[in-house]
Order: sequence, then structure tokens, then C-alpha cells
Amino acid sequence: MIREFGTSDFLFILFAVRWTLLLSAIAFAGGAVGGLVIALARVSQNRIFSGLALGFIRVFQGTPLLMQLFLVFFGINIFGISVTPLLAAAIALTLHASAFLGEIWRGSIQAVPGGQHEASWALGLGYLDRMKSIILPQAARISVAPTVGFLVQLIKGTSLASIIGFVEMTRAGQIINNATFEPFTVFGLVAVFYFILCWPLSIAARQLERRFSRATAR
Amino acid sequence: MNYDFNFAPVLANYPRLLEGAWVTIQLSFGAMVAGLVVGLMGAIAKNAGPRPLRWLVDAYVEAIRNTPFIIQIFFIFFGLPAIGLRFSPNVAALVALIINVGAYATEIIRAGIESINRGQVEAGIALGMKRAQIFRYVILRPALRTVYPALTSQFIFLMLTTSVVSVISASDLAAAGNDINAETFASFEVYLVITVIYFILSIGFSALFSAIERVAFSYPLSR
Repeated sequence: MIREFGTSDFLFILFAVRWTLLLSAIAFAGGAVGGLVIALARVSQNRIFSGLALGFIRVFQGTPLLMQLFLVFFGINIFGISVTPLLAAAIALTLHASAFLGEIWRGSIQAVPGGQHEASWALGLGYLDRMKSIILPQAARISVAPTVGFLVQLIKGTSLASIIGFVEMTRAGQIINNATFEPFTVFGLVAVFYFILCWPLSIAARQLERRFSRATAR
Repeated sequence: MNYDFNFAPVLANYPRLLEGAWVTIQLSFGAMVAGLVVGLMGAIAKNAGPRPLRWLVDAYVEAIRNTPFIIQIFFIFFGLPAIGLRFSPNVAALVALIINVGAYATEIIRAGIESINRGQVEAGIALGMKRAQIFRYVILRPALRTVYPALTSQFIFLMLTTSVVSVISASDLAAAGNDINAETFASFEVYLVITVIYFILSIGFSALFSAIERVAFSYPLSR
């Protein structure tokens, strides 16, 4: 049965936005923790830590997000644990975000001038104090713009969770399209919703970037 | 963990994996070349075009960069037939990829062109170079050199994004994986092998890009 696209269909897609937002929030929060660990491991003096972190980044930046989702979804089943699409997508996107944020933040940490490291050495600060009080606060300022930029990429990335069956905005659109067969309206609407989520972030990232480059221009 | 890994049925299907990988390479390469052309035209239009054209390019770049690729390909494959534009899955995939990467390339090349010092152009005029010469040698080539790393990492990202075209049943590597999975039910093994192939492809494209960089941008830096 094909039916007309109506208000209830509009609302179905609109309410699916919260699942896109939830998944993005989980992945970003998890990715922030994982990314910090990866970034610190990457800049550490310990060859094993930095090598492992580099390998992690290379693998997750060198393979498709879709395959990462599939591998987590089917991989957990191997252990005999059945996993919901939401959990699988949350884990896969967290790992994905950890790799990308780790690489962004590694760059930010290394962009902090070397004199800051040396000064904190000279003051006799230990690793924790040096990172917590001297390096990371400065690196954080540098990283804000690219981090917001990555958030846009992450929100768009959650759309692939639809393929493993999680009903977020994209999957909701597919379901409505299958019932109404008005792809122009349905996918146009879904695109507009994504745009409303992502565009302000893109603009913010650009302005932060501009403000930062003006502040550091010599 | 009581699981017997079974790679035999996956590896027995290697001709289909190779065929899928070949389609992925073709789609990626085609979209990179065409996307570069779109990006060049977009950047030039943004830089020197009349105002309505600049707005149009802005709208295109922002619309593409702020919506997911999967929605773009659904729109092209399912939506456009409604206005009489019908593509086969592989063609729709290529069109969607070109439109997608063209927007990113426009933005990247535009940034490169803007980074060129105005004095360089004036020096070109003073030397009596023609407009086309100034554009090609003074603006475009140094601009492309500046943005080359950003452009090529965008291209690698594009190659990985091609996996999404399997959702409209194009015949790429990921779709070959879906087919083999449907026959063998060895899901994890299938997608592990496919992921490894994508990883090898991304290493291959990286190597190709650094070889091109050595040939095209080997002239010394002025600073």
C-alpha cells in the first residue's frame, strides 16, 4: 500500500532526530576520552605507546566507517553476545571518533611551542602537572576549531548506522520512503534536517578558525 | 569464545572480491579526476565569477558539506527518477561521488588560491605575462601545491566513502562483501577481508599521491 506523505510522516522523521543526536553525543563523549588517550600515547616518549596509537589511527583512518560498523556489529556476535544496533553503532563510532580526535589533538599538542615544554621541565613539573596545567590548556585552544569541524563529520557519520538497522534519521527516512514512495520529499526533508544540525557547527568552526589565526598572526 | 573462524568460503570467492575492488578503484579514480575539475571550476567561479554564480557555488558547497553522503546518493538514485533522470546504480554512484567530492575540492582549492600573495600576481603582470599564464603558473600551480596534502587526504576519504554506494546495489567492493555474506553467512570473516582490502587500497592511493607530488611539485620552494 502506497500512502500520501502526511504530517505523521513528517513527525516520525523529526522525532528520529533525537536518535541521531543521541548517537552523535555518545560517540563524541566516548571519542573525547579515547581521543585524549590516543593523543597522549602518540606524543609520549615511550615507543610502544606511540607506535600502538599510530597503528590505531592509521587503521581507523584507512578503512571505511561502514566496514568498522559491520566489524563491530558482527564481531561482538562472535563472543556469543547479541548486540543491539544502537550499542554496536555507539562502539564503532566511539572508536572511529577516538582515532580522528586523537590525531587532531596530537597535532594541537605538538603545536604548543617547545619552549613551554622546556620551561615546565625547568620548573621541575612532573608529567601530570606539565600536561594538566601547561600543555593541554594551550593545546585545547588550538584544537577547538578542528574539533568542531570533526563533530560535523561525526553527525554525518551516524547516518551509516542506518545500514546496520538502527532507526535514526536516515533509517526513518527510508522507512517513510518505502511507505509513501516520495523520495524527493522524504530525502529532501532528511537532508534539510541534517543541514540544520550541521551548518551552524560548520559556521562556528570557520569563525573559530579565523579568530584563532588572527590571534596568533605575527 | 567458542568460534571457529572460517575464511575458506570468503577466500574461495576471490574473483568477486577482485572485481568489486576494481569497480571501487574505477569509481574512486573517476570521481577524483572529475571532482578535481569540478573543484577547479568551482574555485575559479568563486574567485572571479559574477555574484549570483558565487552564491550558487556557495550554496552547492554548503549543501553538500553539511549533509551525509548516503542521503545525497538516495536523493540522486531514488529522487531524480521522479523528474525523469534515471541512472543505473554504478552511474548514480559515480555521479553522487563526483558531486560530493567536487564540493570539498572547491573549498580546498579556493583556500589555496586565496593563499597566493597579491604581489606574486603583480610581479607576473610586471613581467608582461598573459592573464592565462599568470593564472596557470603564478596562481594555480603554487595554490595546488599548497593544498595538495589536504586535497589528497580528501581523496583518500572519498575512496573510503565509495563503500556507501553498496546501499543502492552498485557493484563495488562492499557490495561484493554483502553478496558473499548472504551466501556464506561468515559475516565477520567477509567484512574483515573486505576491510583489509580497503586498507591496502588506501595505502596504494597514498603511495600514488606521493609519487605524483614528487613529479608535479618538485620545483624548490621560494622561502
